[in-house]
Amino acid sequence: MNKIAPYSKARAALLAALAAAALAGCAVGPTKEDPWEPFNRSMFSVHQAVDGAVLKPVAQGYVAIIPEPIRNAVSNVFGNINDFFAGVNFVLQGNGDRAGDAFGRVLLNTSFGLGGIFDLASMMGITKYPNDFGITFGKWGFPQGPYLFVPAFGPTTVRDGTGWLVRLYTGPVGFIPDIPVRNSLYGLGYVDLRAAALPTESVVDTAAIDKYRFIRNAYLRARQYQVYDGHPPSEEDEDSAAPPSAPTPATPAAPPAAQPPPAK
Amino acid sequence: MSRKLASLFVVPLIAFGASLAHAQEAPDALVKRLAEETLAEIRADKDIQAGNPAKVKQLIEVKLVPHFDTTRMTALAMGRNWRAASPDQQKELTEQFKTLLIRTYSNALTNYRDNQMTYAPLRTNPVDTEVVVRTSVSKPGQAPIPLDYSMEKTPNGWKCYDVVVAGVSLVTNYRDEFNDIVKSSGVDGLIKTLVNKNQTPPSK
Repeated sequence: MNKIAPYSKARAALLAALAAAALAGCAVGPTKEDPWEPFNRSMFSVHQAVDGAVLKPVAQGYVAIIPEPIRNAVSNVFGNINDFFAGVNFVLQGNGDRAGDAFGRVLLNTSFGLGGIFDLASMMGITKYPNDFGITFGKWGFPQGPYLFVPAFGPTTVRDGTGWLVRLYTGPVGFIPDIPVRNSLYGLGYVDLRAAALPTESVVDTAAIDKYRFIRNAYLRARQYQVYDGHPPSEEDEDSAAPPSAPTPATPAAPPAAQPPPAK
Repeated sequence: MSRKLASLFVVPLIAFGASLAHAQEAPDALVKRLAEETLAEIRADKDIQAGNPAKVKQLIEVKLVPHFDTTRMTALAMGRNWRAASPDQQKELTEQFKTLLIRTYSNALTNYRDNQMTYAPLRTNPVDTEVVVRTSVSKPGQAPIPLDYSMEKTPNGWKCYDVVVAGVSLVTNYRDEFNDIVKSSGVDGLIKTLVNKNQTPPSK
């Protein structure tokens, strides 16, 4: 449908879309959430090709060859680092309880869990809660911005992608001076993540009719759920033919930071 | 020993009495019982361990489907187009959508059978006719995945009409897509799409 615009035009359109998204505060319809759909779809095909040829087979090989205890140790070490950043984000969101849990997990797993190889904290019942800069930005009221599909990375939005870049530049792996070691760790981290996504992917393949759209819708809803602590505002149900949807049971007042940002 | 023996008789009596007192099993109790029983059967079954999807599907069909309001699920996924469909089309849509959900669910159960379920306490009033039962699925070392069941009260007990995984509804996630298919090729086009989807071999 859209002709490929010259670079400057595309950039202008991009900026305009960004500005529009920022003004809109929160996107509503699927098209509003994904204004770059044609571009994203082509990136999605690129991803499918690269992933199918290289990334997924590597992840499958990793699962097949490396014994589970070792893979779990790898996941745990990276998970331990992520727990630290989850803690940082809980602090940024003013959630002291969860921050305490996250930092407690890091202390325990780093010391008695031998650098995070063993997730003792989970065994002791200290639950791991995911958190990241994208969620923090969302709670601070930043709009999610347009949806983006990045080959080899997956679904994201302008907001979440920004959060991810912040994470990448603050992450410990980037500070390792030895470049081969650093890159090997990035590679291992990537394979670990890709392997963890294999079961989910299998479910998505079974469920999805249009895989691109299924992933996009699921990603955006899942992120909203996280930003609103499991109580996202119900979508306007003008579409629904069924009886009015269930009233949310005794929802605690939404956290102030999660209120939609004031217009403009 | 004798106490154990006594409990053998007393426990069913109490259970029977309880079932008389509340003709309906509470929604959270129902979700917990079904989830635990289904997972136990899957974990115990050698055929399923060996990767026999037909058996998982059968288990879901017999054990879980009666507790789902598949018509309402299909109506929710269709949105406003539900009313545009004739009763026959609605029946066919429900049948096909049910098949799709069963396939998805059996894949998920097979993939996540070793995970632990936890159940959040349900805060509800006895007069409520719709509740959300919140549970989560977890594996050591990984963050729990929230799994919410939207339940409605019917004369035949509580029934589930939506399953929300990490904030993603397995029902309404299809809505805009179904909308577009109906717009471009009508309700029959959607039925055809679903039939085709259900005939493609399940992914491994």
